[in-house]
Amino acid sequence: MADLSIRWAGIQSPNPFWLASGPPTNSGEQVMRAFDCGWGGAVWKTLGNPIVNVSSRLGAIDYGTRRVMGLNNVELITDRPLADNLREIREVKRRFPDRALIVSLMFESRAEWADIIRRCEDTGCDGLELNFGCPHGMCERGMGSAVGQEPKVLEELVRWVMDVAKIPVIAKLTPNISDIREPAMAAKKGGANAVSLINTIQSLMGVDLDRFVPLPSVGTSSSHGGYCGPAVKPIALRMVAELARDREFALPVCGIGGIESWRDAAEFMALGAGSLQVCTAVMHHGYRMIEDLVEGLDEYLNTKGIARVEELVGRAVPAYREWGDLDLNHHVIAVIHEEKCIGCHLCVTACHDGAHQCVHPPKIAPTNGKVSVPWVEVDECVGCNLCALVCPVDGCIEMVEQRRAPEVETWNDRVRKGTDHVPGGLDDLKRAEDL
Amino acid sequence: MTAGPASDLRLPKDRPEQRFPDKNPLLSDGEAHLEAARCLYCRDAPCIRACPTAIDIPEFIRKIGTGNLAGSARTILNANLLGASCARVCPVEVLCEGSCVYVPWGRAPVMIGRLQRYAMEKGGKGAKAVSLLKKAPPSGKSVGLVGGGPASLACAGKLALLGHSATIYEKDTWPGGLNSVGVAPYKFRMEDAAEEVRLIQELGVEIRTGVEVGVTIPPAEILAKHDAVFLGIGLGGDSRLGVPGEEGPGVMGATEWIRRMKTGIGFHLASVTSAIVIGGGNTSVDVARELRGLGVKRVTLLARRPADALRAYAHEVDQARGEGVMIWGGVVVERIVRAGERVVGVRFASAAIAPVPRAIEADLVVIATGQARLVRLAASFPGVACDQRGRIVADRKTGATGNPKVFAGGDARNGGKEVVHAAAEGQAAAIAIDRMLRNPPGNGHG
Repeated sequence: MADLSIRWAGIQSPNPFWLASGPPTNSGEQVMRAFDCGWGGAVWKTLGNPIVNVSSRLGAIDYGTRRVMGLNNVELITDRPLADNLREIREVKRRFPDRALIVSLMFESRAEWADIIRRCEDTGCDGLELNFGCPHGMCERGMGSAVGQEPKVLEELVRWVMDVAKIPVIAKLTPNISDIREPAMAAKKGGANAVSLINTIQSLMGVDLDRFVPLPSVGTSSSHGGYCGPAVKPIALRMVAELARDREFALPVCGIGGIESWRDAAEFMALGAGSLQVCTAVMHHGYRMIEDLVEGLDEYLNTKGIARVEELVGRAVPAYREWGDLDLNHHVIAVIHEEKCIGCHLCVTACHDGAHQCVHPPKIAPTNGKVSVPWVEVDECVGCNLCALVCPVDGCIEMVEQRRAPEVETWNDRVRKGTDHVPGGLDDLKRAEDL
Repeated sequence: MTAGPASDLRLPKDRPEQRFPDKNPLLSDGEAHLEAARCLYCRDAPCIRACPTAIDIPEFIRKIGTGNLAGSARTILNANLLGASCARVCPVEVLCEGSCVYVPWGRAPVMIGRLQRYAMEKGGKGAKAVSLLKKAPPSGKSVGLVGGGPASLACAGKLALLGHSATIYEKDTWPGGLNSVGVAPYKFRMEDAAEEVRLIQELGVEIRTGVEVGVTIPPAEILAKHDAVFLGIGLGGDSRLGVPGEEGPGVMGATEWIRRMKTGIGFHLASVTSAIVIGGGNTSVDVARELRGLGVKRVTLLARRPADALRAYAHEVDQARGEGVMIWGGVVVERIVRAGERVVGVRFASAAIAPVPRAIEADLVVIATGQARLVRLAASFPGVACDQRGRIVADRKTGATGNPKVFAGGDARNGGKEVVHAAAEGQAAAIAIDRMLRNPPGNGHG
C-alpha cells in the first residue's frame, strides 16, 4: 500500500482527491455522503451573496457510445442562504476532522471579503478558494473570470484576502485567457498560497436546429456556459504543466479538468499537480467512483515502486519542453502486426487522405477468406502516428524507433550552430529565378 | 378473379402468422445510436462485398449515427429497392454480418440487419421512400414482368426509376410472391410485404394481380404488348416424395402449408398434436419452427442427410432445436401410414446406427423437399431455354436469355436462393433492359 496522503499548501488530506466546487458540494448532506465514500476533501460550492438561477442549466456533448464527453453549465454560485452553508460546513468539519474542507468564495467589496473570511475561518475549515474562474453569469457582474482575466484586479483582490486570512488561500484560475502564467503570477504577487486550475471554458454546446436556439437553452434563448468534463483534460494538463515548469512561479498547483480515472489523476500529478479536484465525473457517475480512483492510483504506485503519492508529483515536468528542444534525429515508422490485423483498412484511408500516402492495400488481394493486411512503404513513412491512432485493434500498428543519427540534435542546436537553413524557401526560389 | 390494381386488395384478417412475435424488433433510437457507433466505417468493407446488392453498409450506418435517417434510407434504396424486406429476411449471419471485421476479432458483429430495418422504418418507410429517389424522364418504352415476387418488384422498380413504364403480371391475389406468402412470419408479415409493394407502385409500376400468363393471357400477347419482358416466375408447386399414402388429406407441400399459415385461408391446425416435416433445407426448418410456434406439441424433422450436415443454415437449425424441434437425419421415408383417410404416421428406413424408431405417429405431414420448375411457362417464350435442373438459361450478370427481348432473374434463374439474390438479379436485369431499350440490337451502336 502506497501512502496516498498529501500535505499540500499547508492543507492535510488522506488522499489527493477532492470534490471541486460545484453541484456535488452544494450541501452538507452531499459532502458527508462523499466523505463516507472516501473522498479526501471537498471544495464547497462557491459562497456569495444570494443569486437566482435559470432553468435549464446543463448541456452535454455525446461522442459515439460515450455520453457526456463534455459538459457545460450556466449555473451560478450557491443558491442557498449563507447561514445554512456556514452551519453545514462547521458540522461536516466536526464530523470529518481528517478531511480537507475548503470553501470557495466570490464577493465584491473588500469589506465583504473580510467579513466572509472571518466567518469561514470560524467554521474550522482548512482553506479558502477564491473563485476567479467562473466564466458565465457572475463575470457579467465583475466577478469570477472577470477578475481572473485582469491580472491587476486579481492581484489586488488576493491582497485584500491575504490581509485578513489566517488559513491557506488558493486562487482558482480561468483558462479563458491567452497566457495562464499572467494571472498565476498575479496571484503569487498578491500573496496567494497556491493556485487551482482550470475553471471551465466559455462555450456553446450546439444549436437546436428546429427552434434555432443555442444549447443549453433557457426558453427561447441561451447564453454561453462553462465547458468541462473529459473533453477538456488535454487543455487543463497543458496549463497545469505550464505553471509547474515555471521556476519563477513555484507555487503549489491543484489540478482540475476532466479527471475521471486514476490514470487521469496520475497524469495530472506527474505534470505537477499536488492535489486534484473532480466535478463532472462525479456528476455523471456519483461519489462511488472514488473507490476506483484510490485503488487504481495505489496499484499504479505499487507497480512503479513509488511509496508516497507526493513522489509522483512533477515527475513528467522536465520532459515538457519547447518544440525547439525536441530531438530531430528521433524517427519512428509504422509496423503493422499482420496477425492482429482485421483488414478494416482504416489506416490506408487515413494515411492516403490525411497523412503521407505510405500505407497501402496489398498489391494482390488475398483469397480464401484471409485478412487483407495493408503494408507500409517504409521510406515514405514520416512516423506521424495517424495510422496507429485510427487502428481499432490495440497493438496492431506499432511505431518502431529508427534513429536518423545516434546523437541528439534539436532545432535550437541548429540555430546555435547556424545550420538551421532548410532549402526550398523563398530565398532559394529567388536565387533560381535570378539564374 | 378479376384483374385489378393491387393497391385495392385487402389482406385477410386473423392470419395465423400474426400470432408470432417479431424475432428482431425495431431498435429503439438509443439502441440504434449505440450500435451505429460500433461500426468502424471500414474502407472497402467486407460487409459490402458480402451483400449481393452491394449496399454501402458503413455509409448508411454512419448516417444513422449522425441522425441523417432519410439519407441512410436513400443509401440503402439506391443499392436495393427491397432494402426493407432484405433487412428483415436476409440471412445476415452468412452474408454481411458474417463478414464483419469484428467476427475474426472474436467480437459480435455490428447488427447490420437490425440497423437497416431501423433506417428503413425511420428514414424511408413504405411509399414515403419514393421522395428519396431520383426518377429519369419517361422513355416511352414499356416492359412486362411475369410474376410479382421480389425479382420482378426490384426489376420493375428500377425500370420505373430509369424512366420506363413497367407492368407486373401476378397470378396470385396478392403481389409480393414469397415475400407475401412464403417468408417466416417472425421475420416479415404480409402487411410488411404490402408496404414494400406500395413503394414499387408509387414509383409508377402497374401491378395486375389475378393474371396468369399462359392461362389468362398468352405469352405472345405479353411479348407483343411490351418492348421487353422480364421473367421473374419463381418456382412451381411443391415436390412430391412418390411414396404410398402421400395422396389425400393430412399431407401437404411446404410452400402450400406456409401460404395457408400466412393468409389463414384453408388453415387448420386445431386437431394436430404431432407433425412431421420431411426435408432438410431452409424451408423445412422454417415450417418445423412455425409448427412449434403455433403450439404443435411434437414436431419432428426427417432429413435424408445426417442431422449435423443439413442443407439449412446451421444457425437456424440450432434455433429450431432450441425451440423443441426434434431432428432425425439419415432417414429415407418409405410410406405415409393412414387409418382409412386419416394420416397416423410415417414409416421410414434409417441409415443411422443409433436406435431410431422405424415409424413416428403424426397427424400432419409437410413435405419440404423442393419445388417443381416452371419449365413449360419459361419455354413458351420463344428463344428461352431451361437447363437440366429446370433453371432458365440466362446471363448471370444481365439476365439476358436466348431471346434478345426477354430477360430473367430470381429463383427461376438461380434455382431458389434468397430474396436479396432475387433483388440483385432483378435490378441487374433492369439495367441491362434499359441499355437494350436505349440502344436496341441492330441500330449500329451495339
